[in-house]
Amino acid sequence: MSVETPEALPPRGAPDWLWYLGVASIGLALYLVYGQLIPFSEWATALFPVARHSHSGEAIAFFLYDVPKVLLLLTGIVFVTGVLRSWFSPEKTRAILAGKRQIWGYPLAAFLGVLTPFCSCSSVPLFIGFVSAGIPLGVTFSFLIAGPMVGPVGLGLLYGLVGWKIATIYLVFGFSIATLAGFVMGRMGLERYLQDWVREMNAGPVGDLPEERLTLVDRLKIGVEQVREIVGKVWIWVLVGIGIGAAIHGYVPEAMMLKIMGGEAWWSVPAAVVVGVPMYTNAAGVIPIVEALLGKGAALGTALAFMMSVIALSLPEMIILKQVLTYRLIGIFIAVVAAGILATGYLFNFLL
Amino acid sequence: MKNIKVYGPGCKRCDATEAMIKDAATKLGIEVAIEKVSDARAIAMAGVMSTPGIAIDGKLVHAGGLPDATKLGQWLSA
Repeated sequence: MSVETPEALPPRGAPDWLWYLGVASIGLALYLVYGQLIPFSEWATALFPVARHSHSGEAIAFFLYDVPKVLLLLTGIVFVTGVLRSWFSPEKTRAILAGKRQIWGYPLAAFLGVLTPFCSCSSVPLFIGFVSAGIPLGVTFSFLIAGPMVGPVGLGLLYGLVGWKIATIYLVFGFSIATLAGFVMGRMGLERYLQDWVREMNAGPVGDLPEERLTLVDRLKIGVEQVREIVGKVWIWVLVGIGIGAAIHGYVPEAMMLKIMGGEAWWSVPAAVVVGVPMYTNAAGVIPIVEALLGKGAALGTALAFMMSVIALSLPEMIILKQVLTYRLIGIFIAVVAAGILATGYLFNFLL
Repeated sequence: MKNIKVYGPGCKRCDATEAMIKDAATKLGIEVAIEKVSDARAIAMAGVMSTPGIAIDGKLVHAGGLPDATKLGQWLSA
């Protein structure tokens, strides 16, 4: 018996060169397809028995252009993000942040929040892991807000659908809100509003987890796995979001949009935040809606506030966090983040 | 007989991880007892921050995402 037992498991699969070649050629193919989307959507729209510039024609063209575009962008962004994030982990992030009580712990946490892979289903163990390791509560909040708020999917789609200027504004302000909201909450001394058992908990014995050595092909596989998982999960939200966007693009009169979401109505920003919170979707689903809103003349500040509240303040997330936070702390969390979003919304409505 | 704990709040990937462990154990002819830990507190106590996490005989070997099949075999036969 000289053979080692792991030999009984299936071999590693395709050789490395096939992976490099495969990823490169699929990337190139998707890029070429991406360039053909306008002719494709115009051709496909012409198949419908409606006039191209009628309400229905506009809505159908919007839908048929945006669906492949968003799905292609999403695939590319999720893949690249998955590969990049394979260099990060919550454990490493925690080691970096532990003991960073200085002021720049907040922006650092927000930055790592964007790069660290974590799913909302494990945000409770992550939260406890951070707090019990002595990471200040405010820094932990900066991390938790930045993750969804300035996630690469939202930024990439914003860049592809609305343009780089608005994507940059969103990045700067989303990042600032995450940093400042964490800072403000850190100053408020909120530790007493954690659930009792969280406060009493001592750090788990982390650190003995051996680091897994990954080859470049392993990282590419992680990227592919992420695409399968995330695109497989969010495509339905993408279709719903684009459907709503298409309806707005085709049927909502501009005059009405200006009245509801224009910069003149002072209440439009808070209304956008209030409407956004219970909307359970994600960046990929909401950005086509924002694209249509902006196209119809919605004020930038109002549209930004809507998008931020949908992405950063979600009810399911709050329900998960209820396990570790008291209602009071959840209320403060919502109030501080909402204040940042409102300020951003008003700022842009007044500036532009 | 190895005691294995799978830490996770009960998402799809946790079930997939459990299935992978059973599969690998059967192939290697190793007897295992798998326990799924879904209580947030217990997960955190074990030092797991990204789920699913795997501990074999009390030692944490993996956290975050599905394990690699080859590595899983190595952990089990170690």
